[in-house]
Amino acid sequence: MLILTCPYCGVAADETELAPGGEAHLRRHGPDSSDSDFEAYLFLRRNPRGLHLERWRHAHGCGKWFHAARDTMTMEVLGTYPAQVTAPPPEIVHASDADTA
Amino acid sequence: MFDAMSPKTGARYEGRVTVAEAGLSGMITLRGALDTIAQPVADATGLEVPDTLGIVEEGGRALAWMSPDEMMLFCAYEDAADLAARLAEATADEHALVVDMSDARAIFVLTGAETSLRETLAKLTPADVRPEAFPAGMVRRSRLAQAAAAFWIANDGTLRVMCFRSVADYVFALLSHAAHPEGAVDHF
Repeated sequence: MLILTCPYCGVAADETELAPGGEAHLRRHGPDSSDSDFEAYLFLRRNPRGLHLERWRHAHGCGKWFHAARDTMTMEVLGTYPAQVTAPPPEIVHASDADTA
Repeated sequence: MFDAMSPKTGARYEGRVTVAEAGLSGMITLRGALDTIAQPVADATGLEVPDTLGIVEEGGRALAWMSPDEMMLFCAYEDAADLAARLAEATADEHALVVDMSDARAIFVLTGAETSLRETLAKLTPADVRPEAFPAGMVRRSRLAQAAAAFWIANDGTLRVMCFRSVADYVFALLSHAAHPEGAVDHF
């Protein structure tokens, strides 16, 4: 059972209160992009053993999208952070570095 | 013209706690940056903007925090249309939305011992409803079994459960079943 703390309302929400949104920080490639870029944007996803940055929506709560950093092997949640960023905050990157070092 | 009907008019179940439908209630959805709608709401109702996850009650009205850009104002059913119109006018220059949603939702009032109220909820929701995590005056939006719901402990010690009108029947059945006299777990 996964429990993520919504960075907007501070509620520790159960997995079943949330809607998953897949991999985070994807860069969109639109109509003018190359076929391979568009294919990568649309279909190709990381499947890491370890740190995974993902999107979640607090669907049964405040309704906001947010990001979560989770270890796919241990299910450890390294943190959650707001959606209005294009990269994870430094403390989460450092936390994951410390884990793998 | 038809008379307005609450979703489960007169519904009542007496078990470990009493589950009763609140009847017609005024509910006004306020959306926008909360600081821009705070003043018009305070002028019209005297209610302060609640803290995150909070609800403030005063003089039969209440203002609940629903999300970073949404609040719900509770008032008498008859007042809702007027109040919504006044608030809409007062926030006309802001990027804000005020809508009378009184008929969209159902509210159930649960009365009984606080431990039994918490236990009734805990049977149905994944939310942490221990007193330290769910104190009076906090609105928790979550789910009850398969339906979205919001619940809070009001100033008068009753537990209020709000859900969409379309699932009022289901939620009333859930709450009644969870409050069955022979279903005691006595966890809290």
